[in-house]
Amino acid sequence: MVDLTEFTPFSSFVGGIIIGLAAVLLLLTNGRIAGISGIIGGLLQKKSNDQVWRIVFILGLVLSPFLYTIFQPLPPLSIQTPTPIIIIAGVLVGFGTRLGSGCTSGHGICGLSRLSGRSFIATFVFMLAGFITVYIKHFF
Amino acid sequence: MNTAHFMALLFSFISGLIFGLGLIVSAMINPQKVISFLDLFGKWDPSLAFVMLGAIFVGLPLFTLSKKKSRTWFNQPIFWPSLTKVDTKLIAGSALFGIGWGLAGFCPGPALVLVTQYKEALLFTVSLLMGMALFELYDHHLSRKK
Repeated sequence: MVDLTEFTPFSSFVGGIIIGLAAVLLLLTNGRIAGISGIIGGLLQKKSNDQVWRIVFILGLVLSPFLYTIFQPLPPLSIQTPTPIIIIAGVLVGFGTRLGSGCTSGHGICGLSRLSGRSFIATFVFMLAGFITVYIKHFF
Repeated sequence: MNTAHFMALLFSFISGLIFGLGLIVSAMINPQKVISFLDLFGKWDPSLAFVMLGAIFVGLPLFTLSKKKSRTWFNQPIFWPSLTKVDTKLIAGSALFGIGWGLAGFCPGPALVLVTQYKEALLFTVSLLMGMALFELYDHHLSRKK
């Protein structure tokens, strides 16, 4: 059953265009793929000597709601997940995205835009795992 | 620091800002919305499929046009991903990520955008860093065994 009461195809599409443009901008100015898990993960590797662009990109992400709220308030949102589940989810996402070399941004947006076979497989797998996880959650 | 290096860093910051605005506008930052999107077998809200469509709508032509380039606007090298092999790490890692994504409705980008706004996002981000640190230990252990 499709839920059309909360359906926001237009704003989601526009937001997607903005995300895509930001990814292309990072590529053309820093020569890097805008994969958020990869950008964070690189900070935890001792060997990398290119930390500054990562830190300022993350700073931009973290400060973006302050820029947004100059024009309008953040859309209200509810987070209903219990604390222990948030911790488990965080560890799984952290470990999984590093093992699988990417997340929604690196594989799902940049990888698919580059027509990368690896990213097609990765995106299929994490979407499927997400569908199954939410399905199973209904029983608890 | 020379001018080119400074400009690259400035644009990295701007890219992060714009990326974050896109995540807010698209509603990707709303964990409940993410969970509704992943609720394919329940009350499915397909909105977030349009985020990916929008991003690829501009990403596909612009990444394709950029593919021939090996230098940035500021004459730095472009690091194109070189891996092509589909292996167990890719599959297992993506599956673990998908489970975590479905559990809380957070992926790394939106969690960082909300890190100053919601304590749940901060907690998720700290746990995410722990998971990544765990991976570094695991990876280090594997490479020592070789």
